[in-house]
Amino acid sequence: MPLNPALDPPATPPSSSAPHQRADARHDAWFRYLVRACALLVLAALVGAMLSTLWGGREVLFGDGLHFLTSSDWDPVNNIYGAWAPIYGTLVTSLIALLLAVPASFGIALFLTEIAPPWLRGPVSTAIELLASIPSIIYGMWGLFVFVPFMASIEPALSATLGRIPVVGALFDGPPLGLGLLTAGIVLSIMILPFISSVMREVFQTVPARLKESAYALGSTTWEVVWHIVLPYTRTAVIGGIFLGLGRALGETMAVTFVLGSSYDLTTSLLMPGTTISSSIANEFNEAVGLHRSALIALGFLLFVVTFIVLLIARLMLRRLALREGRS
Amino acid sequence: MLIHYPHKLRTLAIAAACAFGIGSAHAADITGAGSSFVYPVISKWAANYAESSGNRVNYQSIGSGGGIAQIKAGTVDFGASDAPLDEATLKKFGLGQFPIVIGGIVPAFNVPGIEPGKLVLDGPTLANIFLGKIKHWNDPAIVALNPGLKLPGKKITVVHRSDGSGTSFNFTNYLSKTSPDWKSKVGEGTAVKWPVGIGGKGNEGVAAYIKQLGYSIGYVEYAYAVQNKLGYTRLKNAAGNVVAPEAATFQAAAATADWAHAQDFNLIMTNASGEKAWPITATTWSILYKQPKNAEHTKVTFDFFRYAYTQGKDAATKLDYVPLPDTLVQKIETYWKDDFKQ
Repeated sequence: MPLNPALDPPATPPSSSAPHQRADARHDAWFRYLVRACALLVLAALVGAMLSTLWGGREVLFGDGLHFLTSSDWDPVNNIYGAWAPIYGTLVTSLIALLLAVPASFGIALFLTEIAPPWLRGPVSTAIELLASIPSIIYGMWGLFVFVPFMASIEPALSATLGRIPVVGALFDGPPLGLGLLTAGIVLSIMILPFISSVMREVFQTVPARLKESAYALGSTTWEVVWHIVLPYTRTAVIGGIFLGLGRALGETMAVTFVLGSSYDLTTSLLMPGTTISSSIANEFNEAVGLHRSALIALGFLLFVVTFIVLLIARLMLRRLALREGRS
Repeated sequence: MLIHYPHKLRTLAIAAACAFGIGSAHAADITGAGSSFVYPVISKWAANYAESSGNRVNYQSIGSGGGIAQIKAGTVDFGASDAPLDEATLKKFGLGQFPIVIGGIVPAFNVPGIEPGKLVLDGPTLANIFLGKIKHWNDPAIVALNPGLKLPGKKITVVHRSDGSGTSFNFTNYLSKTSPDWKSKVGEGTAVKWPVGIGGKGNEGVAAYIKQLGYSIGYVEYAYAVQNKLGYTRLKNAAGNVVAPEAATFQAAAATADWAHAQDFNLIMTNASGEKAWPITATTWSILYKQPKNAEHTKVTFDFFRYAYTQGKDAATKLDYVPLPDTLVQKIETYWKDDFKQ
């Protein structure tokens, strides 16, 4: 120990910087723990939600073996529950929504990044973002009071034309109620459109100009540039955006509940009413007791499983694409 | 920080005062939860009652199932359910129940060319329509009940509630009482396995479907049918008379129902025997502990309902509910005195 610290200046810098370094290291460690805790929180919430729905639905999920998964018989009076009708409705409406929303979003994003004059990009982008901010109950009301009557007026024409085609015909055969799986799918497609198109627009903008310019210089048309340059460059993000939309479609509740018609009958026709997992829960949870409540919670668990499987398929698709790219 | 936001602080303080009832020094705060059917009238009564007595009644419209769960757990002072609890459950938990207010359920239809109130149906026919056995409007069964009415040969679209509800419970209870076929195939409940038709969420969902899909029939609460001017049917009641849904026929059903033999008012009023009784008349039950933890609160709750039965009649009528007949109110008073510790 120096008697007078002022006489020993060289000793001070290391002695003062060492605690600094130690403090820095400590802060770093705290920060690491903090962000790790944030990440774990998400995991914990997910696992917690899954386990609690599994626990809440245990009486039905483990009570009847596979009956709950395979049967479409939903009879609260006799306490018989089969989840197939809601699962089917969820998958079909989401599929219709994707089939309609993906091409449209692609067109929107393409128009906004490649074709639209700059003064138009701002307003159209804002309009799309506004579409995303409309609450789903508004879509439900609009669907019920405006869109359902419209569908009812065009469905006879659908049955008369598409309904005549041999195999596909069964999908469009039915009474012109205006509500049902097709209507729900279309409303859903409008709801997920802004999600998919804004992701696509964002990532299309990240494509380096020189890549596109080179292609144009080689004489490519706009379509060729988009199909061969922009899309392969952004493929991962585009698929991510599509699955973001699909995630919303699978879980959407209110809008679907209003226009779907809530029926547990399984039909091939898209014009017939159906039900989805989330709309069944929203409809019945309020007054459900005992096994009925357990069945609805089990439905919630199944929505986890369905979403998980869909995400898994997305991952596999991406991996396949990456592999094929490596080979070619 | 705090000094910079005096406005926010004040708001907070007021909110806290409201939440903890600091505002009124002596008044009791009672809480209730359950049936959404009675929510409009209970909130109106609560507002009027607070003015006259200073006591506040907080009612949460969380559904009958939730109301029953809450009162069993003892987290509220009274629960409200559209279906009565059975004797065993009441005994097991030491609960008692009594009717709050009367409402009616009316079949509503939309057939172009037929005016509201012109169509007459009866229980078995209604059950067969909802079973999908009667498929067309000119079915012989409907024609037989409506001589002179020109019925179209169009397909009937059936509309029912998609959400669990007391309305469905009373409606299916009525169908079960009048049609053995319905009883064995479907049964009664807040949610049932509907053989045909489409489900609308809430009265408004059912009404919207009925309006939009021509040649349709469904059922809604009377208040809802009146306020939205839906086409209602008349019904042939248990006494064989054709009656229209209105306050007088609902009261007739409540007055002629066999309350004398119903322990703890455990009686569903559908298909009542009165000459003028509307066959799908319903009530909502208030459920309380007979030996409450907080006797003071039960006393205030009874005081509230006493107020509702007497001075609250106008408020109920304005909202298209029907007040309980005086004979029934007397029975309830006796029940309170005999069965509850106050």
